[in-house]
Amino acid sequence: MGVISMLSNTLITILGMALVTYMARAGGLWLMGFVKPSPRVEAWLKAIPGAVLVSLVAPTVLAGGLAETLAALATVLVAARTKKMFLAIVVGVGVVWALRRVL
Amino acid sequence: MFEQEEQERTMNEQVTWSWTGMVRGMRSTIPLALGGLPDGIVWGVLAHQAGLSLGEVLLMSGLVCAGSAQFLAIKLWSVPLAAGAILPIIGTTLVVNLRYLLLGAALRPWFARLHPMPTYLSLFFMSDENWALTMREFTEGRRDAAFLLGGGLLLFVTWVSATVIGKLVGLAISDPVQWGLDFVFTAVFLTLLIGMWKGKSDLLPWAVAAVIAVGAAHLLPGSWYILLGGLAGSLVGAIKSGGDKHVK
Repeated sequence: MGVISMLSNTLITILGMALVTYMARAGGLWLMGFVKPSPRVEAWLKAIPGAVLVSLVAPTVLAGGLAETLAALATVLVAARTKKMFLAIVVGVGVVWALRRVL
Repeated sequence: MFEQEEQERTMNEQVTWSWTGMVRGMRSTIPLALGGLPDGIVWGVLAHQAGLSLGEVLLMSGLVCAGSAQFLAIKLWSVPLAAGAILPIIGTTLVVNLRYLLLGAALRPWFARLHPMPTYLSLFFMSDENWALTMREFTEGRRDAAFLLGGGLLLFVTWVSATVIGKLVGLAISDPVQWGLDFVFTAVFLTLLIGMWKGKSDLLPWAVAAVIAVGAAHLLPGSWYILLGGLAGSLVGAIKSGGDKHVK
């Protein structure tokens, strides 16, 4: 009871969160040290980045709404044509902002 | 084991760790760090509303430093924090951050020959953003592993600062959705994907990842969709590339 025990619960929770987060961050690379990287495993590793990024954006882009889908299209077009990341981001945010007012 | 070390050695002969690489990582991450500011401020405002003190905000942002996990933790938070709330919050944090296992595993070919000290220090600062930039850096043929830490340090400083600003100002941005700022992350990841596109062979794995992610996001709570989509898509990519080799 009291201030001390409340502080402990909060501290334990935050430290626990920090611990499991670091385990996830460090664990993937560490575990790979025990797995013999066959060509297939290497192919799998190389395929991870794109697949994770696609998974991160897919729900917003494909199932978020018309404004999000069109803004994503604009972002991809600008990024693919100009190779300018910052410009593509500004255009994407601008389009989503404008469309949300119109739609 | 021996054979594996040989393989890793040949892959990593030119991997370096330099100040230049760290600064380069930092500079490349500036747009992403700026894009993350609204997110951090919003989290700070919510943390303030959930009853977290400034010290607790600093502690959580500094030690956990993971946006989606921190947002979910705040949702489960109560003041005073009951003992029964401890495990659900830690468990949710673990599940949300499981995707980091995949990200870390993907870094192995380049970090394996580096000293454990810089490697495991860098991993503390690994997030989706600086990981994606580092993978692009490696894909383009550059080999400075300090790039990850440089980007991570910048993201760390901006995230902690933004959450503190959010906690202090509270009302800095009352409705980020109204300004379209929530779309920044999607736009950032889309531009990164454009940079990673290697050709038509990416089409099937990415399509599978997208379908699984949309389905999982619809059916399952939390961010399982990232883990499931990433696993499904990358496995399809692995199987497909194995098949291509047999054809040749």
